[in-house]
Amino acid sequence: MTMISYIAIAITLLLSLLLARPAGLYMAQVFNYERTGLDRWFGWLEKPVYAIGGIRKENYSWKQYALAAVLSNAVMMLLVYLIFRFQGVLPLNPSGIASMEPTLAFNTVISFMANTNLQHYSGESGLSYLSQMLAIVFMMFTSPATGLAVGIAIIRGLTGKPLGNFFVDMVRAITRILLPICFVLALVFVALGVPQTLEPTALGHTLEGMTQEIARGPVASFLSIKELGNNGGGFFGVNSAHPFENPDAISNLLQILLMLLLGTGLPFTYGKMVGNKKQGRVLFVSMAMMFIVFLGISLASENAGNPAVNALGIQHQQGSMEGKEVRFGVAQSALYSVVTTASETGAVNTMHDTLTPIGGLITIGNMMLNTVFGGVGVGFVNVLMYTMIAVFLSGLMVGRTPEFLGKKIEGKEMKLIAVTLIINPILILLPTALALLTQSDTLSNPGFHGLTQALYEFTSAAANNGSGFEGLGDATPFWNISTGIVMFLGRYFSIIAMLAVAGSLAAKKTVPETSGTFRTDKALFGTVFLGTVLIVGALTFFPALALGPIAEFLTLKP
Amino acid sequence: MKTIAVSIRTTVALMIIVLAYQLVVTGIAQAVMPDKADGSLIYNDKHEIIGSKWIGQNFTSPGYFHGRISSIEYNAVSSGTPNYAPSNPDMLERTKASVEAWKSENPGIPVSELPVDLITNSGSGLDPHISVEAAQVQIPRISKSTGIPEEQLKELVAKHTQDRELGVLGERVVNVLLLNIDVQKTVNGK
Repeated sequence: MTMISYIAIAITLLLSLLLARPAGLYMAQVFNYERTGLDRWFGWLEKPVYAIGGIRKENYSWKQYALAAVLSNAVMMLLVYLIFRFQGVLPLNPSGIASMEPTLAFNTVISFMANTNLQHYSGESGLSYLSQMLAIVFMMFTSPATGLAVGIAIIRGLTGKPLGNFFVDMVRAITRILLPICFVLALVFVALGVPQTLEPTALGHTLEGMTQEIARGPVASFLSIKELGNNGGGFFGVNSAHPFENPDAISNLLQILLMLLLGTGLPFTYGKMVGNKKQGRVLFVSMAMMFIVFLGISLASENAGNPAVNALGIQHQQGSMEGKEVRFGVAQSALYSVVTTASETGAVNTMHDTLTPIGGLITIGNMMLNTVFGGVGVGFVNVLMYTMIAVFLSGLMVGRTPEFLGKKIEGKEMKLIAVTLIINPILILLPTALALLTQSDTLSNPGFHGLTQALYEFTSAAANNGSGFEGLGDATPFWNISTGIVMFLGRYFSIIAMLAVAGSLAAKKTVPETSGTFRTDKALFGTVFLGTVLIVGALTFFPALALGPIAEFLTLKP
Repeated sequence: MKTIAVSIRTTVALMIIVLAYQLVVTGIAQAVMPDKADGSLIYNDKHEIIGSKWIGQNFTSPGYFHGRISSIEYNAVSSGTPNYAPSNPDMLERTKASVEAWKSENPGIPVSELPVDLITNSGSGLDPHISVEAAQVQIPRISKSTGIPEEQLKELVAKHTQDRELGVLGERVVNVLLLNIDVQKTVNGK
C-alpha cells in the first residue's frame, strides 16, 4: 500500500464525517411532528399512503408501538413468503427461475425483514426479477424504516415525549429519507456502469470462441437502497465484488458513504432531540475511535499478505489478493470490510472468508460488539443500551442511583437491559457449538478457520449484519432454520425490550441535575462507555475468538 | 385487529411505491443511457455480443493477456470464488501449481516478477482487470506468440491502463478484455 491509498481512505472518512451532522439534523426534522417546510415537498406522496393505509396520526403507548412494528413486519413477511414460493409461475421472470423451497424461503423472508440479508441463495439463479423488485427491494425499504422508526421512538421516550405513531414514522422514513436519496443515487450508479434493465441474461461469444452468459437486471435501483438501508444483500451472488454491482472506485466510495450516512447521523439526531448536542457528540467520537483503531489493524494485516503465499517468492507488494478485486486493491477492500461490519450492512466487495486471520477477526469483532455505529436505528438503540449499562456501572461505583437524561435507571430497566445483553451471546455461541457438533461437513475450510466460519455465520445473523464466510455450505435446512430463528430473535427481542425501557423511562419524573450527577456528556463518560463495550464484549467472546481467528493467525506459517 | 388491517393496507401502498420507484429509474436509465443500463455490452463488426466491458473473460491462449484466476471460468451467469481461507492447504496447492504453470509459459522471466494478482482467485470470479505490472510482465510471451513487437504491446498496455479515479481512489488497472480486443485487431490487421 502506498501513501496515496492512505490519502484515499482519509478523503473517504472525511466526506463521511462532513455528511454525518447534516444527515442527523435532517432526520431530526423529519421525525418532528410539527408542521415543517418538508410537508409541502412530500405531502403528495404521503397523503395517498396514509389514505390507502388508513393511518391516523395518533400517539401509541410503547406496547402499541411494539405491536405495530411486529405485526406490520409479520404481514410483510407472509406476503413476501408467498411471492418466493410462487415466483416460478408469477410474471416478470424472463430467465425462467424456479420457485423457492420452503426452508430457504423461510430464511430469506426473515433475513430481509430483519435487516440482515444473509443470503443462502445466489441472486442470479435463485430469484426472478419480480422477487428482486417486489419482495427483496420492498423489504429493503420497510426493514430499515422499521428500525429507524423504533430508534426514534426510543429516543422520544428517553426525553419524556410521547413515542409517536409507528406507521407515520415508517412512512416518513421511506418517503422523506430513503426514497429521495436512493432515486438520485440509483441514476448515478447507472452512469457509473451499473445495469438497470429488465432484459434477460445476455449471451456473448468470447474472443477465444467460447460462449459467455452474462446475468444482469435492475441492479442500480437495488444497489442504492441495499447500502443506504444497511441491508447489504447482493443482487448478484458475490455482492459488491461483482463488477456490475460495484464497477469502479467511485461507485465504491459512494457505497461506503451510503452505508455510513444514517448510522453516523443518528448520534446527532439524538443530540438534537434530547436537546443536548454534547451528548450526541460524545457517543459519536467514542464510536469513531473504535472504528479507526479497527480499520488500522485490518489494513496492516491485509497489507502484510498471506505469509504462506508470500513465501513462494512472487512479487507480493499488493498484499493479500485472494478473494479481492484488482480495482479495489487491499486498501479499499479492507476499508469496505470494516465499514460494512461496523454499519451492520453486510455488503461485501471482497470475500470475507479469504481475509487474513486478523482482518477476519476485525469484521467478526465489529459484529459481536455491534456498537460501532450499527445498522439504521437499531444500531443506535444498542449503543443507548450500552450507554445505560455504563451509567449503571458508574452509579454502582460511586454508590448513587444512576441517572440518565434526568431519569433514574432502576431495577426494572436494568433487568430488561441485562436480558437483552445476555441474549446476544446465547444466540451466537450456543448454535455455533451445535453446528460444530453436527454440521462439520458443511464447513468448507479445514482447521481453526472452519470454526470461524460457523461462528461468523451466527454472529452475522444475531447482529443482523448479513455478510458471511461464504465458503460455508449454508443452503441446507439446518442452516436455513437455525439462522432464521437467530435473525428473528436478534432483531425483535431487542426492539421490544428497548421500547419497554423507553416506555418505562418516559413515565418517570425528571430529577433535577445536581453537582453530584454523573455527567454523560463529557469525555470521561466516553471512556467509561468504551470500557464497558470492550470489557463486556471481550469477556463474552474472547474464548471463541481464541479458538478461531487467533489460533489460525498463530499457526499460519510460511 | 385494527393494527392488522392498517398493516395490510400500508404494505400494499408501499409495495406500489417501491415498484414504481424501480420502474421510473429503469425508464429514465433506459432513455438516457441505454448502453450502460443494458450492461455496457461490447459488439463486434457483425453486431454480435463479444462480452461486457465490466465482465472478465477466460483467456488461455499464449497470444492473449491472461486475467485473474477464476474458479467459475468467468461464466457470468453466476459469480463466486472457492472462498479459500488463508490457511487452506488446497489454496496453497493451487497457487503453487499456478506458479509452476507460469514458469513453463513464460520461460526466462524470474518468478520474483510475477505479481500476486495473477495467481490468486478474484472475489467475483469475473474481475475484468489486472494490475499494470501483471500486464507488463506478460508482454514478452505475447510478443513471441503473436509476432507483435514488444514496443507496440507496451503502447497498447499504456492505452488501456486506467489511472486511479480522481487521481487517488482505487488502484491503477488494465482492462484485459479491451486490451485483448486490440491485440486481436493488431494480429488480424497484419
